Amino acid sequence: MPNAHITLTVNREATEIAFAPYKTLLEVLREDLNLCGTKHGCELGECGACAVLLDDQPVLSCLVLGVDCGGRCVTTVEGLAVDGRLHPLQETFADLGAAQCGYCTPGFLVAAKALLDEHPNPTRDQIKEALSGNLCRCTGYQQIFEAVEAAIGRSAEGLALRQPANP
Amino acid sequence: MNIIGKPRRRVDGRAKATGQTKFADDIMLPRMVHCKLLRSTAPHARIVRIDAARARAHPGVLLILDGRDFPIPYGILPVSQDEHALAVDRVRFVGDPVAAVIARDELTAFEALDLIDVEYEPLRTFAAPEDSLQHDDPRIHEYGDRGNIHKLVSLEFGDVGRALADADKVFEDTFFYQGNTHLPIEQHAAVAAKDPDGKLVLWSSTQTPHYVHRALAKALDMPAAHIRVVATPNGGGFGGKSDPFNHEIVIAKAAWLLDRPVKICLTREEVFYCHRGRHPVLMRMKTGVNDDGTITGMEVQTVLDGGAYGSYGVASTFYTGALQTVTYHIPAYRFQGCRVFTNKPPCGPKRGHGTPQSRFGQEIQLDKIADALGLDPADLRLRIVEKPETLTANYLRLGTIGLAECIRRVTRAADWSSKHRRLPFGRGVGLACSSYLSGAGLPIYWNDMPHSGVQLKLDRSGGVTAFCGATEIGQGSDDVLVACVAEVLGIDPIDIRAVTGDTDLTPVDLGSYSSRVTLMMGNAAIQAAERARDLLADSVSRKLAVPKDRLVFADRRVFDTENPSVGIAFAEAVQLAEAAFGTIGTTGSYTPPRSAARFKGGGVGPSPTYSYSAAIVEVDVDPATGWIHVPRVWIAHDIGRALNPTLVRGQVEGSVYMALGEALMEEQIFRRLPPRLSHALVHKFPSILEYKSPTTMDMPEVFTELIEEPDPRGPFGAKEVGQGPLLPVMPAVANAVFDAVGVRIDEVPTTPEKILKALEAKAAGKPARYGPSHFPDVPWPEPLQVPPPWEGGDGKARGPERATPQVIQS
Repeated sequence: MPNAHITLTVNREATEIAFAPYKTLLEVLREDLNLCGTKHGCELGECGACAVLLDDQPVLSCLVLGVDCGGRCVTTVEGLAVDGRLHPLQETFADLGAAQCGYCTPGFLVAAKALLDEHPNPTRDQIKEALSGNLCRCTGYQQIFEAVEAAIGRSAEGLALRQPANP
Repeated sequence: MNIIGKPRRRVDGRAKATGQTKFADDIMLPRMVHCKLLRSTAPHARIVRIDAARARAHPGVLLILDGRDFPIPYGILPVSQDEHALAVDRVRFVGDPVAAVIARDELTAFEALDLIDVEYEPLRTFAAPEDSLQHDDPRIHEYGDRGNIHKLVSLEFGDVGRALADADKVFEDTFFYQGNTHLPIEQHAAVAAKDPDGKLVLWSSTQTPHYVHRALAKALDMPAAHIRVVATPNGGGFGGKSDPFNHEIVIAKAAWLLDRPVKICLTREEVFYCHRGRHPVLMRMKTGVNDDGTITGMEVQTVLDGGAYGSYGVASTFYTGALQTVTYHIPAYRFQGCRVFTNKPPCGPKRGHGTPQSRFGQEIQLDKIADALGLDPADLRLRIVEKPETLTANYLRLGTIGLAECIRRVTRAADWSSKHRRLPFGRGVGLACSSYLSGAGLPIYWNDMPHSGVQLKLDRSGGVTAFCGATEIGQGSDDVLVACVAEVLGIDPIDIRAVTGDTDLTPVDLGSYSSRVTLMMGNAAIQAAERARDLLADSVSRKLAVPKDRLVFADRRVFDTENPSVGIAFAEAVQLAEAAFGTIGTTGSYTPPRSAARFKGGGVGPSPTYSYSAAIVEVDVDPATGWIHVPRVWIAHDIGRALNPTLVRGQVEGSVYMALGEALMEEQIFRRLPPRLSHALVHKFPSILEYKSPTTMDMPEVFTELIEEPDPRGPFGAKEVGQGPLLPVMPAVANAVFDAVGVRIDEVPTTPEKILKALEAKAAGKPARYGPSHFPDVPWPEPLQVPPPWEGGDGKARGPERATPQVIQS
């Protein structure tokens, strides 16, 4: 089977990549681009661990074919920090106990980023709904909700919350 | 205290929030190849023939292994060495590994699985404990107490018959607790390689690298000193990664034979087959009480559906009866437990290990007792709470007990007295309590060595490295290690590097199970740090001419407590000590106190100290549909001292979450395929989608109260928090349903269907409950008689049986 060959933008960098054409975006990211921050828990679209942003929208990378990503913009957990500065969500997740084992965390972070980009001041119910496709077995979610809420506060303190994902 | 007790970012917080934590499946090595396991499609069968010729010829396939390559059995407990890395002659459940393919990539290995032909000769399938109790043949294993009974336990502490006869009232109930599984989001993964020196390395998502190390040495017949096991950070454990697993041993052998790194990552379906989760338990409880609520005696009988292998099951069996006595005063106690083999994935230790099931029954029964005696359930419990520093009827030595304070705090926070029996029909509150070990008092295999060891390396840079075999599974064990050392040495956590869970580099710690790490590793870390501080203090005392006992270590300085401006930087103190004493390295270790129990079976239950919890759950129940919703949970936990309150709260809330999953929806259950197919007994739904677990939308508000009465046995007074807070939630849900709609659900999970059936029974004038009514006949042996301490007992059994404690633990 000949490799697929595409160009796309990954974490704000133009990227050219060849890979086996049956591979999912998840596999391309982890195996061909060495971006192992994106995790997998089922590879069937059930757990949310593999969430990434595709053209700023959260998607489950285990359900997206790599070949469908040509010309598109992908943001993974590795792309959340800008100029060496962590995204406010990363700071609050680390500070407030939102990451225990840390395995579901990258998926939660990108889902939460998509929410805040869309709704800069979400209610608790909006947060719950936006994160309802991501499972966490450690935290009971409460400290995750609090971390998302705290990130809202931190953006008001002057940290650039809304970053151009793909300038 | 500068570090201890303050909410703080965990030491691995940044790595986890940036996706840089390296889990087992994130390890990619040059020349690495991939392994897949062929798993049995028959629930119980003799393997007649395995023909892998076609698979071997498949392009890209490098190696095929089967049971003939793994003749040596292993298992987590010395008394249950009943597993082989790949099935030898016999398969015992659908999912039992039969053969392994190692190929250049995952897809090729997967394709080759289809090319292996296995011929099975079916054997009778044992689907339920009743089958296994009634039929001794064919035996699923050639060992065990009888036929398909794996383990029978029968213990009596005091004359329970008389205690029940003398009681004002006797309550007898039967309960059922369905099995469920851990469902860590990370699937088990491992990488094995031959290192450049020709020794074996295994990186694995395991909670117990030390036990995996022992199992590899045994099963591969290799010197342990030539095997290195590295526990990668676990993407969730909850007990599910505490056994040595088939796949770990298979890839170790494959890497050895091929001299290439071999990786395996299980699919989600396979994780359901690894299981080792909550045992389904049927239980019967008989409790005698006086009209004032005091308990005169209690009898507990349990039947555990063990699944196809031993795993921790012998320990699990004892645990279904071990901790009944540590919450309330029970003067006479009898426990009988029976674990049977069935043709299902093996059960083992899940958060709370064997104790949630019988705690569920006990706490519902207490609610019924309170109701019958006209007592408030909180008041009843406050009357009978056990006293601190007690030796219980079954010889468990208790430490501090914050249970009464837990009950008082949680009832106040929930406004219990204005809600209980006072909310409108359909709404209710329920209370339950619990206790859990702060570490198992005995190791899994008999030895006199420490349970946890810590080494510190300090050098002239002022940096400190802390080495310990403990395993980070998300609970924050690295943070505990660093916090304890930082506090003693007066430096910042960022100045310390933690190196953990590596059998080559770190001293032995038995692993992340039985809620043992904070207490045991914490004490070892403090000892090592105090020894280092002592060396530094000697040198600084001489240099500054200040008496040693006046020196304080804080804020990265060592200074005179009476004249704080007289002092030196921590790094300088290390330099002085390094000049005076040579290279600075210290060790600390921890061994639990000797158990008071001297009878056979007394090895399960002892702990240095116990945590306590009380929870109140509020429910809304729709009487028309049975639909149940939990809007709020209040929980108080006796932690001793919270080393890092952020993490402690996370453990409490995470426990409540996992408990609600068990209470309301999670079930590891099985079905038969249609007869026109194989009629095989299969897992009903080995997928995350259908194995229902709570999402963000299901999670109620949780109000957490921490009771901090330091226990001198714990590091800075700390007790466990990882497992205990899960225990009271399931019975509190059931008790709340009774308060809401007046029916008893004596079964986990509490589902709308069961509530509806109980409401229908009530309306038809039948007993207003849903739950088991039958308890099978079990060939119980005569109980081993152990007189309790207050009858002059010395912890030994009466009569000829005077064996030392059996060494089985978790």
